Amino acid sequence: MHFNPRSAYAIYRREMARAFRTAFQSILSPVLTTSLYFVVFGSVIGARMEPVGGVPYGAFIIPGLLMLTLLGETTSNASFGIYMPRSTGTIYELLSAPVGVAETLAGFVGAAATKGLILAAIILGTARLFVDYEIAYPLLAAFYIMLVAASFALFGFILGIWADSFEKLGIIPMLILTPLTFLGGTFYSIRDLPAPWDAVALANPIAFLVSGLRYSFYGVSDVPIALSLGLTLGFLTACVVVIAAIFHTGWRLRE
Amino acid sequence: MSEPILSIRGLTKTYRGGTRALDNVDLDIRPGEIFALLGPNGAGKTTLIGAVCGLVRPTDGTITAFGHDLARDWRSARARIGLVPQELATDMFETVQRAVAYSQGLFGKVHDPARIEDILRSLSLWDKRDAQIRALSGGMKRRVLIAKALAHDPELLFLDEPTAGVDVELRKDMWQQIAALKERGVTIILTTHYIEEAEEMADRVGIIQGGRIRMVDEKRAMMERLGTTEAVIDLAEPLGQLPSTIAAFPVELGEGRAKLIYRGGNGQGGGRAQVAQLAQALTREGIAFTSLDIHDSSLEDIFVGLLGDQAEAA
Repeated sequence: MHFNPRSAYAIYRREMARAFRTAFQSILSPVLTTSLYFVVFGSVIGARMEPVGGVPYGAFIIPGLLMLTLLGETTSNASFGIYMPRSTGTIYELLSAPVGVAETLAGFVGAAATKGLILAAIILGTARLFVDYEIAYPLLAAFYIMLVAASFALFGFILGIWADSFEKLGIIPMLILTPLTFLGGTFYSIRDLPAPWDAVALANPIAFLVSGLRYSFYGVSDVPIALSLGLTLGFLTACVVVIAAIFHTGWRLRE
Repeated sequence: MSEPILSIRGLTKTYRGGTRALDNVDLDIRPGEIFALLGPNGAGKTTLIGAVCGLVRPTDGTITAFGHDLARDWRSARARIGLVPQELATDMFETVQRAVAYSQGLFGKVHDPARIEDILRSLSLWDKRDAQIRALSGGMKRRVLIAKALAHDPELLFLDEPTAGVDVELRKDMWQQIAALKERGVTIILTTHYIEEAEEMADRVGIIQGGRIRMVDEKRAMMERLGTTEAVIDLAEPLGQLPSTIAAFPVELGEGRAKLIYRGGNGQGGGRAQVAQLAQALTREGIAFTSLDIHDSSLEDIFVGLLGDQAEAA
């Protein structure tokens, strides 16, 4: 398969430059929102809560809150990254260049994933100001964050190609991802839910992601880590297949 | 004759909804030429460019560029093709220099600041290199698009309405830029509404209407073949009947029989010579005239006449 690293790097660099140009929206805004969560749920309410699975409540919610921001921001960033060129017509340059699906994904998704990692590092740094925590498996945590960021960047890319209005662009992150993350065990352990809600909660795929990240942080999880990793990898693969099909058919890209 | 740099055969594009934008188009473009594609709005000019540049999926037909079949070997071909779109579509918040550097990288070229400087200087954009594109005038924005299209040194350049909305001075400046590109060996295909533009620059002209190529020819040959001369001679007094020596010319009387109108010639200057002979014949016949106005048909006259004929035939 052809792959031109210079083309991929050009896209990556431009996307990163765009993020730094809009640093407030891309980085400061989610950091501020997450800080508020830590102040309210971590410090104020968390101080009165019992530890969950042996983890102090303030620390317990860190992986979930990180996941909440990571999913929302990565999806939005990637979707916006491809939607804007489609919307303004600047996509002509990408379509007329000797660039295939591999370079496009490496550029757009690589940048969205990088932004996700930077964001995760900033959020973890911010969390440290409010609560004490130790990461049990730092390498696994870094790998998992990267995996989730890449998967949802791919998902956002599909969203950005599917959407034909700003409204549609915001629908999925706002109306699906955020509620599912809230209900996916961000603030509680699914195992603590009464039956049948514990089983119902596992129908929410985001619960597996939150659980997986929480395992890498504290060694405790609602579902086995292998299941979380497998599901995330499966989602990533499905997104790659869909994007390859989009490029092959030119759906919503080429008239 | 050298192999065409671009060869299009049976190219057809039918959009969803049934609109047939291109209908079995055949076209060959020669290396190093400036080819002007003329046609009214909705004729299929932009669709044709889009099909070659990868923006439009053809319904049928083949496109071969530099000997590569675009459907199969699109990477090699596209790396050598540049496109300046009709719309001013670019990231308006980007600076001029970075926007051009992005294009250079996107087409797989090594970052070459010296080449970017050359391009920006040649388009009088170097002083604006650090300006955001949104802060530039419309004409300068269009030059930025040209600079972006040149960043990977294309051998075949498409200019879709390059001077649309550009003032007269800048348009002439743009013509010079395009002529300079041709000098460097770049093959140029341009679409334009300004037929004067095609007349000024093109080596060959193609006329497209309703998705079909109606005519392709050397500009000079087209003007010679279809061109005519029109002369209006104001007679000192109305004329009752044309003497046979005058009636032998392609003339008719008009406006109260006080004007003699000549329509003839072949676009090679023959018309003007014949008008001179007509003037001498009038003098010999003792027919006085007060003024003589000669007009050779332009490419625009030919274009309008041709499209009118086609519309009538349809």
